[in-house]
Order: sequence, then structure tokens, then C-alpha cells
Amino acid sequence: MLDLVFLIPLLPLAGFAILVLFGRKLGNPLAGWLASTMVLASFGIAIAVFTGLFQRQPDNRSYTQHFFEWLNVGHLHIGVGALVDPLSMTMVAFITGVSALIHFYSIGYMEHDKDFTKFFVYLNLFVFSMLMLVLGDNLLVTFFGWEGVGVCSYFLISFWFERPSAASAGKKAMIYNRIGDGGFLLAIFLVYSRVGSLSYTYIFSHLNRISPTDMTAVGLLLFLAAAGKSAQTPLFPWLADAMEGPTPVSALIHAATMVTAGVYLMCRINPILHLTPDAAHVVAWVGAATAFLGATSACAQQDIKKILAYSTVSQLGFMFMAVGVGAYVAAIFLMLTHAFYKALLFLGAGSVIHAMDDEQDVKKMGGLAKVMPITAVTFAVAWLSIAGVPPFSGFWSKGDVLQNSWALSPGLWAIGAFSALLTAYYMGREFSLVFLGESRWKGQNTTAKSHELHPHDPRFVMKFPLVVLAFAAAFAGFLNLPFHPDFVFLEKWLNPVVGASLLNHNFSIGAEWAFALVDAAIAIVGASVAWSLWKSRSDRENLEPGLLQKAWGLDNAIDRLFAKTSERLAVLLAGSVDLKVIDGAVNLIGKLTVSSGKIFRKVQTGYVRMYALFFTAASIAVLAYLMTRVAS
Amino acid sequence: MSIAPSWYLTLAAMLFSIGVIGLLIRRNVLVMLMCVELMLNAANLTFVTYSRALNDISGQAAVFFVLVVAAAEVVVGLGIIVAIFRRKTGATADDVHLLKD
Repeated sequence: MLDLVFLIPLLPLAGFAILVLFGRKLGNPLAGWLASTMVLASFGIAIAVFTGLFQRQPDNRSYTQHFFEWLNVGHLHIGVGALVDPLSMTMVAFITGVSALIHFYSIGYMEHDKDFTKFFVYLNLFVFSMLMLVLGDNLLVTFFGWEGVGVCSYFLISFWFERPSAASAGKKAMIYNRIGDGGFLLAIFLVYSRVGSLSYTYIFSHLNRISPTDMTAVGLLLFLAAAGKSAQTPLFPWLADAMEGPTPVSALIHAATMVTAGVYLMCRINPILHLTPDAAHVVAWVGAATAFLGATSACAQQDIKKILAYSTVSQLGFMFMAVGVGAYVAAIFLMLTHAFYKALLFLGAGSVIHAMDDEQDVKKMGGLAKVMPITAVTFAVAWLSIAGVPPFSGFWSKGDVLQNSWALSPGLWAIGAFSALLTAYYMGREFSLVFLGESRWKGQNTTAKSHELHPHDPRFVMKFPLVVLAFAAAFAGFLNLPFHPDFVFLEKWLNPVVGASLLNHNFSIGAEWAFALVDAAIAIVGASVAWSLWKSRSDRENLEPGLLQKAWGLDNAIDRLFAKTSERLAVLLAGSVDLKVIDGAVNLIGKLTVSSGKIFRKVQTGYVRMYALFFTAASIAVLAYLMTRVAS
Repeated sequence: MSIAPSWYLTLAAMLFSIGVIGLLIRRNVLVMLMCVELMLNAANLTFVTYSRALNDISGQAAVFFVLVVAAAEVVVGLGIIVAIFRRKTGATADDVHLLKD
């Protein structure tokens, strides 16, 4: 069963290849169905491999499949292979599952787009890259996938590239990710120079070759990579701009899968982080800062997708907080549940945007629950999940993270708890503004189109992913129940990978209950405050300060510090260095050629007999020279 | 009785000199082409003479190459001359000096 693993990335790659070659002939909607089927088949095989792995003994749950040799230069031997273990298979299962649902949803969402086929080309390529990222058995294959998802993210953010804002948002994402990728490459170089191999199993069994300082450097460099990909402070402004892409892309790439790659990387290198508490603490505190900044920024946004974008930033911050304190299981648990409810939120938002004729301003919505019941109910499930209302999944996963952060530092817990309160609040605000209250869209033409709006639930192909994800978001918490050691399925499952470096803490039963009650209280208070404040009013400007609308001005600060400064430097260099030094050198060479040509052209008289004379004289001279040599 | 090779060589040298001088002082392109042929054949005579004197056949082989090259040269040369005469009647080599400009 396990040797089928090569099919998991191969099927989306095949879908990509077929769509690139014959996509136009397949057309709309056949191309979409093909792409979706490929990912669904990949999901089926992932489940088969998952089961195969499950049937093995816990200490034997690691299997490497070697595909082919990639680089063979001197002592450098790098192969492409898949590392099948509980961590990678958990990732693969939820990536293919959520991807398949979002593929189906996209068939409906993109049906009127002129580049329907191209969309699925990118989407399949993305799934392939993401699977290579999580399945790779060495750092370089992971990096390959890492770059692949980055490129697809760029393509898909800039999918509607006729819009200047979309084109520049794509570039922005690319540049922010480059910063992280620099860290990744340096970490690879450092690890290779110390250990002499890039294979995960080899690195983790030869960690004693890395000195403590280098270990911290590796940890921090990989965290830089993860911070770029997973939008951590200060590298998160790109994620808000990434909402320029089509909504299924936001759901799949910028919420459920790609942005969690950083968390996956941190969990994958848990033996390294375990040995360097300094780096781990940096991760935890940066995560907490991100959770706070993201949550506060989300409270003041007006765009239905921007709220979700900052919410994603905040939730990723929670995951890094968990990683930093050593609670890898909690991080993966939150990543899983987040994938379900955040994908659901985005798809719900997509249905709303679809129904509202591409209107994204929540202030112009309202009262949609009456006309879009299924979207409203599933969105509400996602809202209660992310808020952490028991018994929905977010309650269990976020509770797990918060409890573990207390074990490291109560301050960390306080930041996390406050961010959780805000999470419940801003999602309640969004839900109330969109689905409750007056129908503010009535009587006004939201776009240039003149017809009256008749919002309604989307067609079946878009509806069933919502329902499936709603069930997952509601019940995914049961993957890891804290009541009894027998119920912590996820923890037991991941134990072979992260068990050795897991944070050990023992709270008493009373403390556990106290945490649970506080978490539940936070969620319910946040959600009900939002509900009472926003259910019938949409204008409360004092609750939406400008600083938060601009996400603490971080984007502006980075823009001013780096972009504007380098622009000024470029202008300066263009005026002086380029015009005078570089152009001057080129012009000087040109002038030298012209003037020397003017001198030497006098040799060319054009008279044939002159040339004949030169020729004869030269022949005689050569002959004379040769004769003197023979004589001597 | 056989004539000493030095006679032949002297004749070849004279032919070659006539060719060189003709090439340098005459302006008629046709005559200039003939002078070039004269020089080539002077060289051929030298080859054949040494071939006989040293009893080495390779000198005669070289002559065949020269003949072939000369034939090709005549083809190209005559072609150029015809082209010149089509453009300018009674032209001399000095009238063709476009390279100067």
C-alpha cells in the first residue's frame, strides 16, 4: 500500500500536463472536472497510504520511497524521494482533501471566467508543488516544492492581471517570499556544510555535528523562511494584498494549505528546534505578536476577504506560538482545524461575493441569511469554530495551544487569550454585518450593472464543498480530545515524529477544566459582544480606528523604509552613475572607434593597383624575411 | 641533350616578373587578369621543373591543383569583369574605387 505514494504528487502533475497540452480542447467545464478528478484520485490514494501506515507498528511508521537521483556532483548526492511518516501523511491527507473540495467549488465559481482552463492548470500545479513540499525526504525537495507553491501563488494572485492592483499584489507576494527563501537557502547551505547531507533522517541522526551556535542559526534561518511563507511579523502585509486573487485561491492557498507550509517546516525540523530553545522562544514570541497584530487589524477591516486575510495571519501566529513552546501536536491540530474552517469561511465569502455581483464591502451587505440560508448556516458553523465556542473544532485546537503557551509563560498565554477574544469578536462582526441586520444592498446598484440584485445560494457544485467543510469544521475537534489519554488520537499518531521534542507539562484535572472554561467564556463573550454591537448597526466608526484599518501601518512603514528608499537610490544612480559613468564609457568606446576609423580609412584608396602593390611588397618582405632565416 | 633546369627557372622568374609588373602598371582589367594567369603559370613551370630535376611526382600534383584554382579564378574574375563592363563602358581598374568612399 505504501509504495503507491509516488502517485499522490504524480496525479496532479499529470492533470497539469494534460491541461497544459489539451486544456483548450477540453474547455469549460470539462477541464475543471478533469483537474478535480485528478486531485480527488490523489486524495483516495493518500487515504490508502494513510491506512497502510496506520496498520504498521507505531515505532515503524516511517517509510522512504526513492524516486530518482536528482543531483550527483562530487560528494553531493541528492535524490528525489518521499518520506512517508505520520506528519507528512497528515498533511497530505488534508491538503488533497481540502484541495479536491476547492477544485469542485472552483468549477462553479470560475464558470464565467474567460481563463477557466488556465485557472485549473495553475491549481493542479499548485497541488503538485504542495505535495512535493510535504512529502520531500530532504531539504532540497522541500525547497523545490516551496518555490513551486510560491510561483503558483504568484500566478494565481495575479490571475486577473489586467487589474493593476492584482498585478502588483502578485509581485508583492513574490518579493516578500523571496526574503524568506533567502533564509531557507542559507539554512540549507549551513546544514550541508556541517552535516554533509540534506536528507531529514540523516540530519536528525547526526545533529551532534552541528554546534549550538550553528543550530540556533539554522533554526532562525528556517524560521525566517517560514515567516515569509506563513506571513509572520513583519512579513505579513503581502497576505492581505493576496486577496486580489480569485476567492477559491484565497481559500486554498492563502488560508488552508500554502501558508501553513511554514508551520509544517517548523514541525518537520522539531529535533533542531528542540536543541535550540533560544530560536524556539523567538518563534513563540513572534507568533504571539503576529496573532495579536492580525487579530486587531481584522477588527477594523471593511472588505469581507481582508477580514479573513488578517484572521489567517492571526491564526498562523497561534500556530507558531504553539511551535515555539514545543507543542507541535497543538500546532498541527490547529493547522488541521484551521484548514477546514478557514477554507469554509473563504468559500462562504466567495458565495456571498458571487451572489452580490462582486461586491466585497461588508457595509453594503446585510440580511443575507434570509436569502442564502445554506451559506449562512455553514458560515455560522465556521464562525463558531474559529471563535472557539465548544464543541466546535476551534475550541479544542485553540485551547490546546493556549494551555501549552501558559506552560512556557503566562504572558504568552495572555496575548494569545486576548487575540482569541478578538477572534471571536471580529468574526462575529463579519457574520453580523454580512448575514444579519437590514439588507443594505437593496435599492442600490452595487456595480455598474443596472439590474436588481437577487442574491441566492450557489449551485450544487459550490454548495456541497460548503456542507462537507462545515461538518469537518464542526467535528474535527474530536481528532484530539483531552479528556482521557485514549482519546488524544492525533497526539498518539504524531508521537513517532514529534514525541521526543514535545513540551512536557502536567496540569491537574482542575487546571485543565479551568483552562477549558476560560477559553469557552472568552469565545462566547467575544462572539456575543460582536453580535449585540453589529447585528443591527453597520456604522460604528469609533470601533474601527484608522490605525487598525491600515494594519498598524506596517505596510506603509515597510514601503517607506525599503521601497521608497531604494526608489530614491535608483533615481539618484540613474541620474549620475548611469548617465555619466556607464553611458560615458560606452560613448567613449564608440567615439574611439569612429575617430580611429577616420584615420585608418585613408589606407583604403579604392585603386586595385594600390592593393596589388601592397600585396607584392608584403610578399617580397615575407620572402626576404624567410630567406634571412634560411641563411642564418 | 637536355636543357639545364636553371634555364627553365630563369624563364619562370621572367614570366613571373612580367606578370607582377603588368599587374602593377596596366589599368585594363582584362590585361590584369591575364597577368595574374601569367604569374600562376610561372609558378607551375617552377613546380614542374623541380619535379623533373628532383624526380618527385608531387610537384606535378601541385600543378593540377593550381590549374583547378586558376580555372575557378578565371570564372570569378571574368564574371566580375563582365559586370564592370556592363555598368561602365571602357572602364579601367581605376574607375572601380567604391571602397574609397
